[in-house]
Amino acid sequence: MAKQIILVKYGEMALKGLNKNSFETVLIKNIRRRLKTIGNFSYVSAQSTLRVEPLDEDIDLDEVMEVLQKIFGIAALCRCYVCEKDFEDIKAKSIECLGDILETARTFKVVAKRADKHFPMKSPEICMQLGGALLEAFNNLSVDVKNPEVTVSVEIRDTKAYIHAENIKGAGGLPVGTSGNALLLLSGGIDSPVAGYMMAKRGVHISAIHYVSPPYTSDRARLKVEQLCDKMTPYCGNISFFCVPFTEIQEAIRDNCPEDYFTIIMRRLMVEIALRIAEKEKCLALVTGESVGQVASQTMEAIACTDAVSNIPVFRPVIGMDKTEIIEIARKIDTFDISVQPYEDCCTVFTPRHPKVHPEFQKVVDAQNCFDFSALVDKAVAETELKIFKVGQNNFD
Amino acid sequence: MVIYLDNAATTKPCDAAIKALNECLTENFGNPSSLHTLGLNAQKTVEKSRRSIALALGCDTSEITFTSCATESTNTVLKGAALKYGKRKKKIITSSVEHSSVRECMKYLSENGFEIVYISPREDGLFYAEDFINAADENTCLVSMMLVNNENGCILPVGKTFKTLKRRYPDIICHCDAVQGFMKIPVKIRELSCDLLSLSAHKIYAPKGIGVMYIKKGIIIHPLLLGGGQENKQRSGTESVPLIAAFGAAVDFLSPIMKNNLEHYENLRKHLTEKLSENKNIKINYDKGVPYIMSISVPGIRSEIMLHTLEKSEIYVSSGSACSKGKSSGVLEEFGADAVTADSTLRLSFSYETTTEMLDIFAEKLFEAQKTLSLVINKK
Repeated sequence: MAKQIILVKYGEMALKGLNKNSFETVLIKNIRRRLKTIGNFSYVSAQSTLRVEPLDEDIDLDEVMEVLQKIFGIAALCRCYVCEKDFEDIKAKSIECLGDILETARTFKVVAKRADKHFPMKSPEICMQLGGALLEAFNNLSVDVKNPEVTVSVEIRDTKAYIHAENIKGAGGLPVGTSGNALLLLSGGIDSPVAGYMMAKRGVHISAIHYVSPPYTSDRARLKVEQLCDKMTPYCGNISFFCVPFTEIQEAIRDNCPEDYFTIIMRRLMVEIALRIAEKEKCLALVTGESVGQVASQTMEAIACTDAVSNIPVFRPVIGMDKTEIIEIARKIDTFDISVQPYEDCCTVFTPRHPKVHPEFQKVVDAQNCFDFSALVDKAVAETELKIFKVGQNNFD
Repeated sequence: MVIYLDNAATTKPCDAAIKALNECLTENFGNPSSLHTLGLNAQKTVEKSRRSIALALGCDTSEITFTSCATESTNTVLKGAALKYGKRKKKIITSSVEHSSVRECMKYLSENGFEIVYISPREDGLFYAEDFINAADENTCLVSMMLVNNENGCILPVGKTFKTLKRRYPDIICHCDAVQGFMKIPVKIRELSCDLLSLSAHKIYAPKGIGVMYIKKGIIIHPLLLGGGQENKQRSGTESVPLIAAFGAAVDFLSPIMKNNLEHYENLRKHLTEKLSENKNIKINYDKGVPYIMSISVPGIRSEIMLHTLEKSEIYVSSGSACSKGKSSGVLEEFGADAVTADSTLRLSFSYETTTEMLDIFAEKLFEAQKTLSLVINKK
């Protein structure tokens, strides 16, 4: 059987101009880091395509494909057999290597791509000749160019030719790390992991911050958020997870501020703490899972009140999405089932009976000024715990 | 010396499994559903085992559900899948050599309006993917295949069949009974391309009473047991934390040594095959399957008699499969065995602790027994 490799085809970054190299370097670094836990590979880049070649014998290429499908910056993936740039070899290897698939299929077609124009046969000629040879070899097959069961692809590239029967769509987007760092406010709900995923898709490297209020919130609630971080790593890479003790601040709000403003003041203080962590971590923006009008703290007035605290951009990638649309993505990235586990989080502790839906900015500031939170904020920042979630590793035992 | 050659029936729990079991009986005894720390610790133990099994299968942890045994897994997924996906499509395809838990489910389903198509091995004793694929059509809702046959070790072409079926009929639900293969040969969900899979712990050096069903994300299976909603509502009833912990520990124990074990089994089979070829009264029934299950026969001597004779020398083997309690399952006949051969068949199954010395003693005792028994039986 011929050697198998994976061709990784670049997405949007292939269109970049002089910067292309820096994007490519990051993508290759991300792929290397991710595949390191599976085995040894060699990487060769040419013509906006990365050749990933397994060097160990017992590497499960199905697993590699699954892993690569979650890495941003990749448009498509092909698991190919390597042939010499010689039609007879292509023919023989197609029959041998794709035989397993072809002998149980009913219809097929051949598509050819001749990146190396020095190859003597033109693409339609390759299709015709190879199609004919396969028809002869497998009498169960017939040609169907519109809706084939199997599509055999031949790619003639610079040094070798490649054949494969499956072209798999990649995750798209830009390689994580090419757009800088951002700090994600991760609550444990459905929206925030989706927000993190969407920013990662645009090449942003994500760190996460979470607020806990023991004994009002339980260890299970924290475990849930840690599970979410773990689920996000295949897409986002390694995630630094900051866990902020928030009990004292919440109690101080309860004891000193008007009830209607509990939630909005809490959100403002969360942002304040997040900014401190963001500064330390060199994050250029905050990311939240807010969607306009979803709850009282997510009206435009309320968002304006929390935004006013921040001196760096606050990105809200799901701002215009319906819950159902968000859930669809949450299911895709596998965070939904974790998010719906029913544990108290700090946002549901001390919820006011009637929160201000349309708060006035000055009144919010006045309400918050009932108490000087700065000492408590300093303390919370100082006592923040850090745990790093590594991609492709067991983060729990 | 006890020579236990019935590891396809059950295995002796390994030290790691016993240790894990003990820990959950003495210290970590909480209920995973309890909110306090003891409960959380028990939950963490369950999740740890789930991760080990998911890692071994190459699937997501949320796709793993613990049950009480593989029979429960099989019953839940086969009946559940037929109920959900067989409302209009009434055809089910399976092999003719399945374990009784699948066979009886199929019988039950056929009594409830399903048409069951049984695929037999060809004359060479092998199954071919094409036979399953050609039997499938638009009206097929479910296909169930075992990975490794429990009576002679035959390997079925599960991955190839399921992959092609999925390409041609994406809606067909594919189930694999991987009980005799798991942790012995590579069993990866991606390679099998199955939607449902059943596993048992006591075949891999963990205690009895615990099994697993793999249910692919997106496949809806109505649970057999309703109640407290444990195991993601898929299987209610308080989780058996000690057994689950032992299951996970056994998987962790076997994962790094699986490849070596398989080589070890190859050597054992080769050794015993050579040894047995010295005696022309012994027949090896099947040699195309996995190396850790061997089916031999001593024509003329009923297996039960041979089994009890060997037992006197502390050698434990099986006649056919232990689940059928001596009753012929008809599986060997499916593989072309005549009545005399089937009636005199012994199944030998190895563990990582089996040695060539043990097999030498076995062969010696078998030859002796064959000699004495054939004298007695011939006198009749």
